[in-house]
Amino acid sequence: MRYVYLGIPLAPLAGAIVAGLFGAFWPRLGRAACHWAAILGVAVAFALSLVVLWEQTLGGGEPWNGAIYTWMVSDGIRFEIGFLVDRLTALMVTTVTFVSLMVHIYTIGYMHDDPGYRRFFAYIALFTFSMLMLVMSNNFLQLFFGWEAVGLVSYLLIGFWFKRETAIYANLKAFLVNRVGDFGFVLGIAAILAYFHSLDYADVFTAAPMARDLTIEVLPGLEWPVITLICLLLFVGAMGKSAQVPLHVWLPDSMEGPTPISALIHAATMVTAGIFMVARMSPLYELSETALSVVLVIGAVTAFATGLLGLVQHDIKRVIAYSTLSQLGYMTVALGASAYAAAIFHLMTHAFFKALLFLAAGSVIIALHHEQDMRKMGGLRRYMPVTYWTALIGSLALIGTPGFSGFYSKEHIIEAAHGASRWGAELAYWAVLAGVFVTALYTFRMFFLVFHGRERMDEHARAHLRESPKVVTVPLVLLAIPSVAVGALTIEPLLFGGWFGEAIRVAPEHDVLAGLAAHFHGAWAYALHAVRTPPFWLAAAGVLTAAVVYLWRPALAGLAVRVARPLYLALVHKYWADDFNEIVLAGGARRLGRLLWQVGDVLVIDGAMVNGTARLVGMVAAVARHVQTGYLYHYAFAMLIGLLAMTSWLLGLMR
Amino acid sequence: MLSTLSDLTLMAPELWLAAMACVVLVADVYAGGGRGTVAYLLAQLALLGGMWLLLADAVPAPEALFGGAFLRDPLADVLKAAVLVLTVAVFAYARGYLQGRGLDRGEYYVLGLFGVLGMMVLISAGNLLTLYLGLELLALSLYAMVALHRDSLEASEAAMKYFVLGALASGMMLYGISLLYGVTGSLALDVVARAAAADASDPVMLLALAFVIVGVAFKLGAVPFHMWIPDVYHGAPAAVALYVGAAPKIAGFALAMRLLVEGLGGLQAEWADMLVVLAVLSIAIGNVVAIAQTNIKRMLGYSTISHIGFLLLGLIAGTRDGYGAAMFYALTYALMAAGAFGVVAIMSRRSEAELLDDYRGLNARNPWLAFMMLILMFSMAGVPPTVGFYAKLTVLKAVIDVGALWLAVVAVAFSIVGAFYYLRVVKLMYFDEPPEEAAVRAGLQAGTVLSANGLAVLGLGLLPGALLALCLQVVG
Repeated sequence: MRYVYLGIPLAPLAGAIVAGLFGAFWPRLGRAACHWAAILGVAVAFALSLVVLWEQTLGGGEPWNGAIYTWMVSDGIRFEIGFLVDRLTALMVTTVTFVSLMVHIYTIGYMHDDPGYRRFFAYIALFTFSMLMLVMSNNFLQLFFGWEAVGLVSYLLIGFWFKRETAIYANLKAFLVNRVGDFGFVLGIAAILAYFHSLDYADVFTAAPMARDLTIEVLPGLEWPVITLICLLLFVGAMGKSAQVPLHVWLPDSMEGPTPISALIHAATMVTAGIFMVARMSPLYELSETALSVVLVIGAVTAFATGLLGLVQHDIKRVIAYSTLSQLGYMTVALGASAYAAAIFHLMTHAFFKALLFLAAGSVIIALHHEQDMRKMGGLRRYMPVTYWTALIGSLALIGTPGFSGFYSKEHIIEAAHGASRWGAELAYWAVLAGVFVTALYTFRMFFLVFHGRERMDEHARAHLRESPKVVTVPLVLLAIPSVAVGALTIEPLLFGGWFGEAIRVAPEHDVLAGLAAHFHGAWAYALHAVRTPPFWLAAAGVLTAAVVYLWRPALAGLAVRVARPLYLALVHKYWADDFNEIVLAGGARRLGRLLWQVGDVLVIDGAMVNGTARLVGMVAAVARHVQTGYLYHYAFAMLIGLLAMTSWLLGLMR
Repeated sequence: MLSTLSDLTLMAPELWLAAMACVVLVADVYAGGGRGTVAYLLAQLALLGGMWLLLADAVPAPEALFGGAFLRDPLADVLKAAVLVLTVAVFAYARGYLQGRGLDRGEYYVLGLFGVLGMMVLISAGNLLTLYLGLELLALSLYAMVALHRDSLEASEAAMKYFVLGALASGMMLYGISLLYGVTGSLALDVVARAAAADASDPVMLLALAFVIVGVAFKLGAVPFHMWIPDVYHGAPAAVALYVGAAPKIAGFALAMRLLVEGLGGLQAEWADMLVVLAVLSIAIGNVVAIAQTNIKRMLGYSTISHIGFLLLGLIAGTRDGYGAAMFYALTYALMAAGAFGVVAIMSRRSEAELLDDYRGLNARNPWLAFMMLILMFSMAGVPPTVGFYAKLTVLKAVIDVGALWLAVVAVAFSIVGAFYYLRVVKLMYFDEPPEEAAVRAGLQAGTVLSANGLAVLGLGLLPGALLALCLQVVG
C-alpha cells in the first residue's frame, strides 16, 4: 500500500513538473498536453485516494503510520518524510483530489484565452501536491512543509495576473498576513520540539498527557501550561491559514486570483488546512481547556462578524469570500466545542458546495466577460439554466436547507456549541445561531441579484449571454451531486459511529457529539425534525428578507442603510480592520524600519563598521604593498630578520 | 645496500620519469617542424606512464630502499599521484599558451618533468640528503623555467630574484642540516627523530631547527620568507606561474611532513610556536595585500601566501587530524591553484592577460570559462559547497580541537577580508562590461581539463569524505 500512498502526492507533482517545466522550455508541447498532464496527475491521485478510502473504511484496513524517507537525524531527532494514513487522512485526500479534479477540468474552460495557461496548470497541480503532503503527513516537519508550500502556491496564484496592481497588492497582503500566522505556527512546532524532542505525531501525542503539568513562564511572573501555549501558538498558524479574525483580512483580497483558484484554494481546500490541523492535533487540544475556549471565541466572532460583511459587498466573488470566512468560523467553533468530527464534516460538505458556488460564480463571470459587479447582473436565470440550478443547489446547501449536505453539518455545529460547557460556549451558540440568518440573507441577496430581477447589464453584454461550455457545466453538475447528497449519506458514520477511530481523540467529559447521538434517529427523521428548530426558521427568514428587499421592494435596502448608518459604515469599511493594519501596523513597521535603516544600518553598520573596516583594510593594504619594494636586498634582509627572530626566540627558550 | 635488483621496482616511477625526461630532451633536439608537439606528447606519456607504474605497484605498507634513504609509503604514493595528476593538467593548460606565445619548445616540458622528478624524490625522502637532493632538483628546474621567456625583462628579473633568494634559503637549510648531522651523527631521518625526541633542549638542535624552518617556509612561501612569490608569479610567463603555483605546494607540504613531523617531531612544541607566527603573518599579510593588487597573477601570489598560512595551521595543531587536514588543504589548494592559473594561461594566449581588468565581462565572452573561474574563486574564498570551504573547515576544526581558538578566529577574520578580492574577480567577470567583444576560446583539451578541474573542486566540496579519510589514513 505504501506505493499507493506515495503515488497520491507524487502524481500531481509529476503533472506539475510536466506542465510547468516542459511547458516553458519546450514550447511545442501544446496547451492541451499541459492540461492533460496536470489533469491526469490529479485524476490518478483521486483514483488512488478512492482506493485508500475504500481500504480504510470498507476494506477494514488498519491505519498506516510510517516513514518513507529519513532526511536527517540530528541530536537523536529524526527528520522524516512519512505518511499517516487513517480515516481522517483518507477523507481529506478524497475531498481534496475530487474538488481539485473538478477545478482542473473547469479551468480548461475558464482560462481558455489566458496567456498563462500552462503556468496556471502547473501551479494548481503543484498546489494539489502540497496540500496532499500536508494532510498525509505524519510529522510536524512535513506538515510545515505542506503548510508553507500551499501558502507559496496561494501567493503565486493570487498574483497570477501579475500585471494588475491590485493583484500584486493582494498577494503581498496574503503573504504578509500569513507570515504572522506562520510565525506562531513555527514557534508552536519549536515548542513541541523543545518539550517532546520529537516531531512525530505519534510520539508527541503519546507524550502529551504526561506533559500536562509542565508550565512555562511566558512573561516574567506569568506561568502557563506548556500544552496551552503550544496549542495557542499552533492555532495562531491556523488563524492565518484559515483566515480567522483578526488574520482574516487577506482572504477577501485573495479574490484577485482567477476564479478556479478561489474555488480550490481559497474556499474548498487550503483555507481548511488550519481546521484540519487542529482536528489532527485533537489529542493536544483536548488537554487544554483554555486553548479550546480561545478557539471557540475566535471562531464565533469570525462566523458572525464576517458574515455581516458579506451583506454590503457588490463583487460576486467577495460575497462568497466573506461567506467562506464565516463558514470557516463555524468550523472553528466546532473545533472549540471539541466536536472535531463535526468540523471535519462541515469542512467536507463546505468544500463541495463552496467550490460549486465559486465555479458557478465563475461561470457567470465568463458569460459576462469578466464582469464581477452584481449591480450589473440580474435575470441570468433565463440565459444560463445549468448554472442557475447548480447555484441554487449550492446556495440551499450553504444556508442549511434541511436535507442538503450543509444542513447536516451546520446543524451539528450549532448543537455542539449549544451542548458545550466551556467558557465562551454561550456566546458561540448565539453567534452561530444568528449567523444562520445572516448566511441566508447574504446568500440569497447574491442569488437574487444575479439570477433574478431586472437585467442590469449593458446591451452589448446581454447580446453575448449564453450558457458556459461543457467543461464548465460538467464540473458544476458533478459538484452539485455531493452538495446535495453527501451530508445525508455520511452523517451517521462520520459523527456518531466513532468512525475516525484514533485519528480524533475527544476526552469523554468533552464529548458533545456523544450527547447529540441520543437524539439522532436517521438522516431523514433529522431533516423532518429540523422544521421545529430555530435555525430552520432563521434561514427561512433570511431568504424571505432577501426576497423582499432585493426582489420586491428594492427601496427598503436604501432605507435600511439610512436607518442603521453607523452599522452600515462599519460594514462598508470592514470594521476598519484594513485601515488599522495599514496605518498602525504597516505604518508603524515602516516607521520602525526607516529608523533602524537610517540609524542602525546606514550610520552604524554600513558607515562605521562595514565601510569603516573596509577603508581601514584598504589603507593597510595600500601601505603594506610598499613593503614589497622589488629590491632583492630588501627581500634577503627580511629573510634574515625572520631567521634572527626565530633563533633568538628559540635560544631565548633555553634560559 | 641494494639487496636485489627487484627492489628498484619500488622507485620505478622515478626511474621512468628520469629516463623519459632525457628522451624528451633528445627527441626535442631531433624532432623537426612542430617540435613542441612531440615533446608535449612524450611528456604527457611520461606522466601517465609514471602514474601507471605508481598505481600498479602501490604499496600498502611502508618500504625503504638504499638503507632508508628512499621511502615508499602510502603518504608518498598519494602525494606523488597528486603531483602527477596536477602536472598532466598543468601541461594541458600550458600547451595553448606556449603555442600562442612562441615558447612552444621542449624546454618547458623537459624542465617540468625534471621538476616532477625532484618533487617525487623529495616526497620519498627518508634521509636529509635525499631530501635536499629532491629540493634542489625541483628548485633548479623552477629557476630555469621562470627564465624561460628569455627576451622578457620581467621574467629574467624574477628568475634572478628567485635564484638568489632560493640559494640563500637553500644555504640556510643546508646549514641547518649540517648542524643536525653534527648533533646526531646521522643523515637518516629516523635517527634524527630519535635524537630529537630524546633531548629536546639541545641548543644546537634548536639552532638547526630555526635554519631548516627557513628552508621549509621559503619553499612554501610563508611570511617573511614569501617575498619571491609575488615577483615570480608576476614576472614569470603564465604557464610557468601555473607550474610553480600548483604541484610544488604539495612538495612543500611533503618537505614539512618529512622534515618537521617525521624528523623533528620531538620538537613539535618548539616549531609549532614558530609556525604560529609565520601562519598568522601569512594569513594577515597575504589577504590584506592581495586587496591592493591590480595584477591577477600577483593577486594569486598573495592568495597563495594566505593559503599557506592556513596549511600551516594544520601542522601547528600537531595531531593526526591536523596533519590530515593540512594534507587535504595542500592537495585541494594545489587543485584550485592549477585551475585558477589555468584560466589565466588560457586568457593569456595572445598577450599576457594579467590585469584584473582583462577579466571584465568574461561571462559575455565565454560563460563556461567564467563559471569555472567563479567556482575556483568561491573555493579559494571558502564558500560552500566548494572544496575550499571544507578544507578551511577541517583545518580550523583541528586547530580548535587542540584549544587554539584564537588562532581560528584570526584565520576566519582574515579570510573574510580575503573574500573581497576573490569576489571582486567574480564581480568583474559577471557585472562589468567586457573591454572587447571577441569570444575567448579555451580549446578542446584545455577546456576539458578545466571543466574536470572546476567540477572536481565542486564535487570534492560536496563529497569530501573519501579524500579526507585517505589523507587521515596516510598521515597516521
